[in-house]
Amino acid sequence: MSGTIIITGNHAVSYGAWSSRVRFVAAYPITPQTTIVEMLSDFVNTGKMKAEFMTVESEHSAAAAVMGAESTGVRSFTATSSHGLLYMSEVVHWIARSRLPVVMVVVNRAIAPPWSIWTELLDTMTHRDAGWIQVYVSNNQEAYDMVIQSYRLSEMKRVSMPTMICMDGFILSHTFAPVTVHTPEETDEFLPSYSPLWKIDPENPFSLGNMATPDYYYEFSYLMHEAHENAKKLFNNVDKEFERFSGRSHGGKVHGYMLDDSESVILAMGTLSEEVMVAIDNLRKRGEKVGALKVRLFRPFPAEEISKALEDKEFALILDRSLSYGYEGQLATETKAALHTSGIETPVINMITGLGGRDVTYKEIEKFHGLAKKKVSSEKGPFKPIFIQLKR
Amino acid sequence: MSKLKTIKEYPLIPASKPSEGAAGRTGLWRTFRPVVNLDKCIGCRLCWFYCPDNAITISGDGKVEINYDWCKGCLICFHECPVKAIDRVVEEFG
Ligand code: SF4
Ligand code: SF4
Repeated sequence: MSGTIIITGNHAVSYGAWSSRVRFVAAYPITPQTTIVEMLSDFVNTGKMKAEFMTVESEHSAAAAVMGAESTGVRSFTATSSHGLLYMSEVVHWIARSRLPVVMVVVNRAIAPPWSIWTELLDTMTHRDAGWIQVYVSNNQEAYDMVIQSYRLSEMKRVSMPTMICMDGFILSHTFAPVTVHTPEETDEFLPSYSPLWKIDPENPFSLGNMATPDYYYEFSYLMHEAHENAKKLFNNVDKEFERFSGRSHGGKVHGYMLDDSESVILAMGTLSEEVMVAIDNLRKRGEKVGALKVRLFRPFPAEEISKALEDKEFALILDRSLSYGYEGQLATETKAALHTSGIETPVINMITGLGGRDVTYKEIEKFHGLAKKKVSSEKGPFKPIFIQLKR
Repeated sequence: MSKLKTIKEYPLIPASKPSEGAAGRTGLWRTFRPVVNLDKCIGCRLCWFYCPDNAITISGDGKVEINYDWCKGCLICFHECPVKAIDRVVEEFG
């Protein structure tokens, strides 16, 4: 029977893997991810979950073991954070280029030095181009739901691409909230058993990772791009089917909030977007016509949906909890490119916020919006990124 | 792979069936040629075991044979032979 329990974001993910009938888990502990796989090892140990749990000597090995298991046609899972993800990087690319629908949760954490265990999106942003579908979640229920939905989408034959579910360290990973969970038996209705595109089979031997000369390599990259295009088309269908199954939808690729009559829009990802919605409620009370756009899917990038949401708006304020040194926040870059492609000239103000886990409160966001509005009305641009929380 | 002319002919994953000489005539890569001295050979099979390219076969009566079409000249066999029954000679392709 499905039921609602009060659990942390990390444990919501563990339950998601349980509901999804994951059959193989390999992981190496790293803060703030550790309690995800800790709970999974407990599930396996007590027989709640019928899976192999492999303890490994590093994240590189964890990813390699998961790749190996998935290659044998077994639904596999791992989780990591920050340096752990950087260490697995080589295999992260290998998994995608092998078209293996692994699901991995990355609990976002800043990169050293200086040492930090707090949230920032640079670890997963660095893997934007690794071929994985990337989803950013903002609450515990969404974290749970997206584990199940990600297996569904990733394993579709037209997709066959891995998914990286990204969630803010501590703000989400270690915060308790009510989560409705479904038993594996119930979940079967939404998530069929895994039927792989390919698997290692001694009766039909082949080799993977052999050399492709410049004459052949190009097409394999195109096929990955095509798979992402398919994922983009199917993402909202999966969300709808999941709603039919569970009664819950998270809005698809992007989730708009009070957009219809809004004059400006604040864009953000992850938990920051929930804080933005609180700020919107307050700004609305003061008569500001402002809406929010939570970007859930980052790869494939929902350029069309974002452009549509920002068309005819006075300006867009983009809050990035990550920075591409020497340019700006990644969500700002992607959004501006999307607008350019659609010929939309909505001015974009990018603010760099929350680096290394610095708190970003709704009260601050209300002020950020006021500053952005003033800037757009008094200056012509081009607008450079604003380091709004810098101690000056 | 030479038959892949359009994207429609591509497999979704970069996999290939193992087949003899799939990487071309690797024998042409050699700088040194390993040559077995059958008088010294004790039939331990270490060279056969270590050869990364399956270029060594051992016949029923224990005779070591190197297939020079595929032997790439890495000389692992030369290093592994416990009785120094494998010599290396500079390759001179005609
Ligand atoms: S030189 Fe290398 S490839 Fe050639 S037979 Fe010896 S081990 Fe095999
Ligand atoms: S390693 Fe040397 S002794 Fe052993 S089988 Fe090969 S050639 Fe003979």
